[in-house]
Amino acid sequence: MTAPTETPTAVSAVAESRRWLEQLGGSGASRDAAVAELHALLLKAARFEVDRRRASLSHLRGGDHDDLAQQSADDALVAVLAKLDQFRGESRFTTWAYKFALLEASVKVRRRAWQGREIPLEEEAWSTLAAASAWAGRGAEDAELFTVLREEIENGLSPRQREVLVAVALNDVPIDVLAERLGSTRGALYKSLHDARRKLRAALRERGIELGLQGEEEQ
Amino acid sequence: MSDSEIRRGSHRALARVLGFDEPELSCEECFTQLDRYVELSLTSNRADREVPGMRAHLDGCPACAEDFHSLRDLVAVDQEGES
Repeated sequence: MTAPTETPTAVSAVAESRRWLEQLGGSGASRDAAVAELHALLLKAARFEVDRRRASLSHLRGGDHDDLAQQSADDALVAVLAKLDQFRGESRFTTWAYKFALLEASVKVRRRAWQGREIPLEEEAWSTLAAASAWAGRGAEDAELFTVLREEIENGLSPRQREVLVAVALNDVPIDVLAERLGSTRGALYKSLHDARRKLRAALRERGIELGLQGEEEQ
Repeated sequence: MSDSEIRRGSHRALARVLGFDEPELSCEECFTQLDRYVELSLTSNRADREVPGMRAHLDGCPACAEDFHSLRDLVAVDQEGES
């Protein structure tokens, strides 16, 4: 495990991470205490995530939110303990552990929010695409953009690529929800989405259509 | 809604369909690097230089972007508590 920088804060963060690894990798009362401390930390992160997403869970009763956080912390604890040897010391141990609890909680919340809901049909996506194309800023050529994109989505993509693109990019279905329904994973479906996007960009380029889109995520 | 807001919404929707022409991490690579990237983004301006492909992935993957925002905000709360 290496310290990224030699500032006093970084040195104490490394010492703290070492303490976690030693205690969790040990045995007896010291390990039991560290596991309990870790669970409390993961529960804090899971509750933080469930609270952020409370609006999407308005149909749940009060206690259900905390049940969801508890389940997330329990599952994250199992994941963290199984992956201790993968901690590379490139962040604080607590930051590394938090991400497991946040992932467990965010996936559970998304799936719970969509429980009992049908995935929207492909037809419903075309109005979204038409609206986006109509305001692309290419003047009279905007209608052509919609026609080309729809044609490529219908005929140029594989069935799986089309299914993922339409659900995730046009109908706003969370990728984790789609993965659960299709018996797949976020990573596998994102690969299909990535490949579909690349095909569509290439098709537009072939027809001389340049949109100059840029990312807008803030850091 | 103004024309410029509608235009921005339109570009955002098209970006969700088309993505961007940049190399990007996979979801698995993103998860592996997320803790390091979050700490770098909170303490320096080197995050995108140190973890190439992360920004492009977060722009293209809404689920990973939400996980990034959650982890960044949680760690920021901890840091505020320490100072």
